[in-house]
Parts: sequence; structure tokens; C-alpha cells
Amino acid sequence: MGVAKWINKVAAAAVPALGAGAALAQAVVDMPGGPAVRQLNLPPPVTGIASQIYDLHFVMLGICAVIFVAVFGVMFYSVFAHRKSKGHKPADFHESTAVEIAWTVVPMIIVIVMAALATKTVLAMKDTSNADITIKATGYQWKWGYDYVKGEGEGISFFSSLSTPREQIEGKAPKGVNYMLEVDNEVVVPVGRKIRILTTAQDVIHAWMIPAFGVKQDAIPGFIRDTWFKAEKVGVYRGQCAELCGKEHGFMPIVVNVKTEADYTKWVEEQKKLMAAKMDDPNKQWTQAELIARGEKVYAATCVACHQASGKGTPPAFPPLDGAKVVQGPKDNPIAVLLNGRQGTAMASFKSLSDVELAAVLTYTRNSWGNKTGDAVMPADIKAAKAWDAAKLNQLSAKAQ
Amino acid sequence: MSAVLDQHGHSHGHDDHHHGPPSGLMRWVMTTNHKDIGTLYLWFSFIMFLTGGVLALGIRMELFQPGLQYWNPEFFNQLTTMHGLIMVFGAIMPAFVGFANWLIPLQIGAPDMAFARMNNWSFWLLVPAAMLLVISFFVPGGATAAGWTLYAPLSTQMGLGMDLGIFAMHIMGASSIMGSINIVTTILNMRAPGMTLMKMPMFCWTWLITAYLLIAVMPVLAGAITMVLTDRHFGTSFFNAAGGGDPVMYQHIFWFFGHPEVYIMILPAFGIISHVVPAFARKQLFGYASMVYATSSIAILSFIVWAHHMFTTGMPASGQLFFMYATMLIAVPTGVKVFNWIATMWKGSMTFETPMLFAVGFIFVFTMGGFTGLICAVTPIDIQIQDTYYVVAHFHYVLVAGSLFALFSGTYYWIPKWTGHMYDEGLGKLHFWASIIFFNITFFPMHFLGLAGMPRRIPDYATQFADFNAIASVGAFGFGLSQLIFLVVVLKAIKGGAKVGDKPWEGAEGLEWTVPSPAPYHTFETAPQVK
Repeated sequence: MGVAKWINKVAAAAVPALGAGAALAQAVVDMPGGPAVRQLNLPPPVTGIASQIYDLHFVMLGICAVIFVAVFGVMFYSVFAHRKSKGHKPADFHESTAVEIAWTVVPMIIVIVMAALATKTVLAMKDTSNADITIKATGYQWKWGYDYVKGEGEGISFFSSLSTPREQIEGKAPKGVNYMLEVDNEVVVPVGRKIRILTTAQDVIHAWMIPAFGVKQDAIPGFIRDTWFKAEKVGVYRGQCAELCGKEHGFMPIVVNVKTEADYTKWVEEQKKLMAAKMDDPNKQWTQAELIARGEKVYAATCVACHQASGKGTPPAFPPLDGAKVVQGPKDNPIAVLLNGRQGTAMASFKSLSDVELAAVLTYTRNSWGNKTGDAVMPADIKAAKAWDAAKLNQLSAKAQ
Repeated sequence: MSAVLDQHGHSHGHDDHHHGPPSGLMRWVMTTNHKDIGTLYLWFSFIMFLTGGVLALGIRMELFQPGLQYWNPEFFNQLTTMHGLIMVFGAIMPAFVGFANWLIPLQIGAPDMAFARMNNWSFWLLVPAAMLLVISFFVPGGATAAGWTLYAPLSTQMGLGMDLGIFAMHIMGASSIMGSINIVTTILNMRAPGMTLMKMPMFCWTWLITAYLLIAVMPVLAGAITMVLTDRHFGTSFFNAAGGGDPVMYQHIFWFFGHPEVYIMILPAFGIISHVVPAFARKQLFGYASMVYATSSIAILSFIVWAHHMFTTGMPASGQLFFMYATMLIAVPTGVKVFNWIATMWKGSMTFETPMLFAVGFIFVFTMGGFTGLICAVTPIDIQIQDTYYVVAHFHYVLVAGSLFALFSGTYYWIPKWTGHMYDEGLGKLHFWASIIFFNITFFPMHFLGLAGMPRRIPDYATQFADFNAIASVGAFGFGLSQLIFLVVVLKAIKGGAKVGDKPWEGAEGLEWTVPSPAPYHTFETAPQVK
């Protein structure tokens, strides 16, 4: 593998325009729970299923290697021995029933053996019954949402987004060891317990995968699918969305933190307290400044990927909010867009955010960059809008062109 | 083929002048001549091959290092999508149709294709389709970025580029269906007297089966993308759960087309290899009949394996098992073909001119793609490597080292017949060695990336993946530049070079080698007798 490093070095030196060359030159080390540097094989398995897959792959590779050597041994022997330049005269045979039957039957037997070996694992992977904890993973463009729906921790719910800083991606800062595979909120599960993952999606198809667990399951909008794992080792394990889901497909990692039973219980208690504290007091009177401050956070977590921190978007796919008529016009229109999404575009419905969050982010966008409406959208406005019927929402959302 | 050829009643010497082509541009626009149309197809596909190749280099440029260097993620997705669409529909498929046009009439002793004017139309439809694809980069929102599979509901989100892509594929589909009907009709009705089906050259056999596959599945693709179109613009909800539809249904329909499509792109390649290997081993093709049966079995099996592309969508265990077993079965007839080629080489009297080099390279590297295909067929392993670079490596091993190498092999083999000149052997060999070495530098490391869990279609990746990506990028640029050698060889052969006789290859067999080189504008006006 020394060659790889060498090529890399030469290439980095030869293309100074890349700038990141300096960052690259610093030693890259294995990512704990993620890929190792120049990893050659499947990751070290952490679940029973993953180790079955690991072994299955090894056996398949072995069988293929034996066939490879046998078949190409014969071919290359022939290539070297049966040459015209060596004076070899062509033989006259061009069929042999016995040989042809043999090389149909033998491969048949080999594939039957392979299929038999794999069948047990297929059935085991599909057995999602008797789970200790059930977690629903929802794919959004472009982050994951998790709801603990059954078992210890029931009721915990959070979003999980990429936490790698933008500067690292743009090459303005050295890249960290967990680059691209780190999130703000990790999924936490106890070790040695059967965890069932329900997958679904809000907008398009995503896929939830953790290679070390041998798990990959598509998340399909409007449908629920399931998979399961039972992690055997404490640690942090990493994967990412595996189904092309649009612009930021490469930027929605999945991180699972496997803790001991005791640590898991502690985490659940912390989460419950945090959630209680985070719940907005429904009777609170918000000032415009408070809403803007809160809205900036919502914007950074939810909107920034498409509409950019500058509010300029990346047109034409993701239009600017800065200076946009719909943002600054009568509040009903942007409210309808947030609640309803916009058909035929990447703009999804954000109904799942709370009234306060929606009010805050609207107040923020209506009073940021060049936008100066000077007013505030109150949570009560959102609450009222949620009562509108679908027809009105559609009409307003369409009008907000 | 052990047919003895009877030249009786077939004269070369008659006046070609009257029947020669009109000159200028109109010759190509109006032509109904199978050789002209074959040439058009081949040049068209080569231009699309270079276009798709430039897009691929755009991808590899971005992936040379971690971080976002050149493209924003949206444009990166457009590159991967359009690279796939252009290579599949613009380069590989039309290239094989070009071969079919040139060779099928010559190999079966027919004067032309059955529907000569429709033949013109099926080529010229491709040009506006290709233009729609290329133009879609420049419309608001850019080209479609939903992946070449155009999975709904992502494909319902895209902009105008998606609609252009859908129309382009409709047109290309119509072109393919017309081409296939033409090929089936020609082969079934216009074979020279005495040429029974089981005496027919393998290339014609593989194309006959391929044409049936095309007729069966292109309308299915048209249906799938039409449903996407109506979901996008006319308020239907085929693939929208909120309206009672199902996103996964798109995948079922798409792959019912898509899997036979894979064989559409490889069966004619098998046909070409089955001509080149015997010619340079100076020995008859081993197991002709079993080759025909193996090709047919592959074609039939290709209809019952589609859901192996969908193991992670979540289907019942019984579904996963069925599609795993059916998929593994395909290894058997494919193995038979490889064994037959090797048995053909065995105890032959081989020489290694460029066509043979590409054929041996094909057998060697394509079989590696076959092995990874077998590994992908095993459902539990597939779930680990689905949508990772392992799959990217696998299908480039079968599509580049498979289909593309066979196309090169065939081009070198028949170009003396097409141009009347021998190509530059030294440059041809250079092209082969550069291609096969850079190909492996590009795609072999991708197996490791996939096993380590790097998903496909991402513009940025964990730094631990950096080295193999850098190697792959270097290989990709090498591979891309190597193809310019091919262009030079072809242009040189067209312009001049050593003149060749009717049959420049000692071991070549078949009716196409009984006519002069270059093949006159009209051949076999009187059918030859095959005994």
C-alpha cells in the first residue's frame, strides 16, 4: 500500500490548486466505528448478523478464488502453449457432450451450495420479532429524525444532522478524524439488546445503514419497513444515507452510540429532562427579538443546506429568500409554503416543526439580510393557519410564486 | 460454423458506380443503406462515449480528494446521472446496433436490412434524443440529478431537465424498438438459402435474442417514465404514497426493464467474442449449440431476477430467497460461455493481434465482474454492499471490460472489412494495454471502497477513503486519454494503410469475408448458397 501513499503525495504536490494538499498531508488515522485507512475488507463485525455476512463473504471469495485460479490457469496455459509462433497446429474438436454436461452440472452444484449457505442468514436478518427497543428512523432531505417508540426510552425524539463544520468541507480547515461521519445527536442504544429499527421517510427514499452491524434498510416515504441489530460491543458506529436522495445525499450520516445498560438508563433520564426543559411554554409571550434569535437556530438546523446562510440560495433549484417577494409579502403566503411545501420542487412541508419554531424562522427570514418587514410572526398565527383547510393552503402556497 | 460457401451466382465485379452513394451531407441524411447507417450509429455512439467519458472525468476530478473542490453537490449528482444515461443509452446500445447494421446483412447474405427506410429513421431519432440530453444541462435547474435509474419520488422533484431526459429516453426507446423489429425481421426472413438457424453466425444469434429482449422491455421503461411524467405534471400519484401510490412500484417496473437491459448490453458482446476467439485460435467455436442454448437461458432468466437490485427495499424473506436463487442460476449459462471460449482456445494455433488481445482481456476481466456478480447475488452480502462502490466496481467490470472491450475487439476485427485498410497494429496493441491497465487501476480499488462502506453517488467522503479514490481518479484519466489512441487508429485506418483482401484474417470464417474489402456499397444482391 506504500504505492497508494506515494501516488497520493505526488498528486497532492502536482495539483497545488487543490489547496487542501496541506490538510491531506497530515496523517489520517482510522475512524473509530467507521472506515479504517485503506480498509480492504468488510468492517469488523459488531453483531451476529454482521459476522455471518463477514464469514459468508470470505467463503464466497474463497470459492471464487479457487475457480478463478483453475479456469484462468487453463486459459493462460493455453495462451502461452498453444501459439502459432510456437508451431502449435490447431486441433479439430469442437464439441464434447460429456465435457459440456460436466461444466453445466458442476457449477450448478457450486451455486446450490452457495445459496444453501446464505439462506439461514437471510431468514435471521428478517426476524425482527421480540425486540427490546423499537426506534423509528425517518429520513428527511437531509437529516435523520429518530423517535423511540417502544421500550426503555420511549418518547425520546430528536433530529440528527451532520456536524462536520462547513470550513472542513470547503478545505478552509483541517479535516477531523470523523470527517463526514459525525452528527450533532447520536442514536443511543444499550449493548446486547435487540433493537428494531423502523424506517420511513418524509420526502424521497433514503437508506439507513451501519456497516459494522450488517444493516441497510431503505426508508420509503409513506411506508414503514423494519430491520434489527443487537450490538455486542460498546462503542460508536458510523454509516451514512445509502440511497441517492438529492443534493445533500452525501451529507446525512448515521451514528449509533452503543452504551452499557447503566449508561443507557442514565442517558434516557437526561434526555427526558432535556426534553421537558425544551418544551416551549404555550402561554409565553414572544418578542420579535426573541423570535429572531430562536429563528436563526431553526434556520441553521433546517433551512441552511438549500437556502444558504446568506439567504441567497443556490438558484435555480433552491431559490433565494433574501429579497424574495413571497417572504416579505403578506404572512399567510410564506406560512402556507412552510406548512404545505411546494409541489414539484424540493421545498417540502415543515409541518413537523412546532408552532414556535415555524413562527421564529419566519420572523427571522422576514427580518434578515435585505429583508426588513419589521414585524413578527407569532406562534398563534401558525396555530390559526394549521386550522385552514387543504384547499386554502394549496391556493395560498401556489399564489406564493 | 461449418457451412461450406458457394460463390455461385454471386459476382463481385459488377458495376458499383450506378449503385454508389450520393455525395455530400444528403448521403448521410437520406441513406437507407445498412452500411452507411451502421457507420452513423458507430460514430454517434463514439461521440456519446467521449461525452459520457468527460462527465466521468468530472466525477473523478471531484473525488480525487476529500472535500468539495470543483462542483456543488447538485451538479455532481447531475454528472453521475448523465454519465450513466449517456453511456447506457447513447454509447453502448447504439454501438451494438451499429455493429448489427454493418454485420447482420453481411453475415446472413442479405442485400440490406428488411426495413431500410425505418432503419434510417431509427438512427436519426437518436440525434434529437441526444441533443435533449445534452441541452438539459443548460436549462434552469440543470440536468436531471436523480441517478440513471430515475427513482421516484426523487425524480418527481427535479426541474425541466428531468422532462427533457424523459422525452429523450422515450425517443431512444422508440428508436431501439424499431431497430429491434428490423433486426428480428431481417434475421428470420432474409437469411441466404441453406443457412438454417443453427448454422447462423453467433453474432446474429445473440442479436436475435437481444432484439426480442429489447422489444419486450423498452415499452416497460417507457411506461415507468411516463408515469413519472404524469406524476410530475398531471396530478397522478403512481409513486406518491399520499395519493395511494407506491414509490417501490417504480423500482419494480424499472428493474423489470433494467435487468434484461443489462443482458441487452452484454449478449451482442458475447456474440462478437464468439467470432474473434475462433478466428485467432484458428479453430472452430467449441460447443456452438450449447452457446445458443446458454444465450437463450440467460435471456429467459433475465426476466425473473429483477428484484435483486432491490434487496434493501424490504421485501419478504421468501422474495429475497427467490431472487437470490434465480440470480445465482444465471452464473451457470454464463460459466458455460466462458468455458466454451477457453475450450475454443485450447489446442488452437493462436496469434494475438489486437482483436484477440481485447477478446482475451474481455474473458479475463469480464469474468472477474461475473464473480463479483455472484457475490452480489448473495442477499446478505448484497445488503452490506448495495449502493456502495462495490456495486460501481462490479458493473463497470461487466460494462466496460465486458461490453466496451468486446466493442473494441469487434472494431479491430472488422475494421479492415469496413475500410479496406489494416489498422495500425502497434497503436492497437498500445490501446489495449493502456486500456486494460488503466481500467484496473480505476475500478479495482473501488471493491475495497465498497467493502469499507463508501456509498456511491456522494461528492465528498471520509478521509480514510482518500487513497483509493486518488488511485481511481488517476486511473480514470489514464483510461480516458487511452481512448484517444483508439480514435487515432480508426482515423488512420479510414484514411489509408495497408490494403487488405477479402479475408485479412487467416482463421476468419463467415460470409462477410467472401466480399471485397472495403465491402462494396451493395452486397449480396444475389443471395449466396450456404451448404
